[in-house]
Amino acid sequence: MDRALTASERIRLPTRPIYRRLGDRLFQIVVVALGLSIIALALLLAEVLFTDGLEPLRRFGFWGFLTGTTWDPVRGVHGTWPFLVGTLITAIASLALSFFPAIGVAIFSAEYAPRWLAGIVDTIVDLLAAVPSVVVGIWGIFVLVPLMQSHVYLPVYFWAFENAPGLLPVLGPPAGYNLVTAIIVLALMIVPYTTALARDAIRLVPRSQREAARALGATRWEVMRMAVLPYARGAITAGAILSLGRAIGETMAVAMLVGNSNTLPFTFFGPAATMPSVIVNEFREAVEDLHLASLMTVGFYLFLISLTVNLIAAWLQRKLAVGGRSL
Amino acid sequence: MDPVTMPPTVPSNPKPQQAGQGEARATVVAHAAPRMVTEGITVLYGKTVGVHDVSLTFRDKTVTALIGPSGCGKTTFLRALNRMHDLSRGVKVTGKAVLDGQDIYANGVDPVTIRRRIGMVFQKPTPFPTMSIYDNVVAGLKLVGIRDRALLDEVAERSLRQAALWEEVEDRLRAPASGISGGQQQRLSIARALAVEAEVLLMDEPTSSLDPQSTMRIEELIQELKNTVTIVIVTHNMQQAARVSDYTAFFYEGDLVEVSDTNTMFTNPKQRRTNDYITGRFG
Ligand SMILES: Nc1ncnc2c1ncn2[C@@H]1O[C@H](COP(=O)(O)OP(=O)(O)O)[C@@H](O)[C@H]1O
Ligand SMILES: [Mg+2]
Repeated sequence: MDRALTASERIRLPTRPIYRRLGDRLFQIVVVALGLSIIALALLLAEVLFTDGLEPLRRFGFWGFLTGTTWDPVRGVHGTWPFLVGTLITAIASLALSFFPAIGVAIFSAEYAPRWLAGIVDTIVDLLAAVPSVVVGIWGIFVLVPLMQSHVYLPVYFWAFENAPGLLPVLGPPAGYNLVTAIIVLALMIVPYTTALARDAIRLVPRSQREAARALGATRWEVMRMAVLPYARGAITAGAILSLGRAIGETMAVAMLVGNSNTLPFTFFGPAATMPSVIVNEFREAVEDLHLASLMTVGFYLFLISLTVNLIAAWLQRKLAVGGRSL
Repeated sequence: MDPVTMPPTVPSNPKPQQAGQGEARATVVAHAAPRMVTEGITVLYGKTVGVHDVSLTFRDKTVTALIGPSGCGKTTFLRALNRMHDLSRGVKVTGKAVLDGQDIYANGVDPVTIRRRIGMVFQKPTPFPTMSIYDNVVAGLKLVGIRDRALLDEVAERSLRQAALWEEVEDRLRAPASGISGGQQQRLSIARALAVEAEVLLMDEPTSSLDPQSTMRIEELIQELKNTVTIVIVTHNMQQAARVSDYTAFFYEGDLVEVSDTNTMFTNPKQRRTNDYITGRFG
């Protein structure tokens, strides 16, 4: 090369080097392939669950299996209703229990805490989200269950025994491994998710919205209430629904703590089960083909429910999102 | 700086000029009483000077325009007038801003009450997008706990009429505020400030994001509003300053260079820099 080209000369050169166009093509192919393979993976998963769990669906019917209240592998009768109920109760109750505390932490970290403290809070929240669920389960077994047993379940049970025997069937025998324990642990496990999603949503609210509220004479809390939270409501709601999805699918900690009973009715202090917990607890012992297939079918329904929950989250986010011009 | 080399006509700290010099325009009440007076307002962003030692008088029911090249401190000064800087970390305001004899920076003054009396309209319209048009207008009233339906209705209509928006939205008060045009949104922001009976209205380039039609509406509106409120408007459009204001203050690099009634300012500025700026030699 006799002399270096100037920048403006180089800019005007035709797009000559073959590798540049090749790079473009390669990149496009890789990205498209990755995108398609994710879709294929999801479809494959659903397909496996569906075909392997086809026999129970044939025998009991789509709705029959869903609403069947008996789960008796010995007699070969399978219905997922008890586990569906257990899953919905634990997931919804744990979301209800954790939602407001999570929003509180999110508001504190995003709006009130000085920067250094917010950094610490954020780190702890992220750490909590990263604790493996089997560890949470162990903590539940060794700390939470004995604690709840001696300070809540037994005292409440004895109190009811003396004063309100009508409550006993609802409370159930005070086993330490029960619905309430599972709900508390699930709530603790999803707090970090709800918190992190709400916190980011709050931080993304434009400064102009906060200033507009301030200019009207809003106090700090009023700025939150009139400008920030409404603006962020779509993302906050979607975050809560995603957390609900996590609670629905949470397996290990729940299986370790929920007590595992296949029969309705569930009671507060008695053992219960959820869809993931029955799968993980019975999979190894399932010797009958029908039993194994039924567990697959439970997995298939769980897949459908999770999919639905995630779609609802996406839909809510779009519906509640702040639209419109000039914003 | 060596005082000898300093150009004698450009004092580094010009005292505010007595307003009403030269020929007052017909619209100017020749010696309207001062409504708000600043004394040596300085705003520091960390070590950066936003504005330096600004003393200005805003007369009752007049429009004062703040002009000057970009970055000269107009916004910074305007936001010092209703304590908006309180919200930002690391911003320091010194000096006084006296509203009706009361320094808003004095100890014990509640900035929340101050901001109700001194409303603000921003460069971009800022409706609350999840609220209806109606709820936007009465947002400030609901803040103080007013729930009386009839009263809210009355204030909403009055404020929207004052902001020249009533006719355009009266049949869709319940529609989301995000659904109206940018110009309408800006008038909605004005109505919202008027609803809390702001006595002083601070406007930071309120038309810079609007089309000419909407700009004209807002300018007409400013002319009507000054019958009831005192207006301070930042603009980088000198024709706009000439059209809407009674007084004009020229800022340059954080200093107030010159202030006088608008006519004088545009026909016979005292400072060379002012002249250069308004004749378009820089800016
Ligand atoms: N948030 C801020 N942090 C640091 N410096 C700022 C900030 N806002 C404005 N400034 C500085 O203060 C000066 C005045 O800015 P501003 O008041 O926005 O000017 P204008 O509104 O006249 O264009 C500029 O030098 C600008 O860089
Ligand atoms: Mg500005």
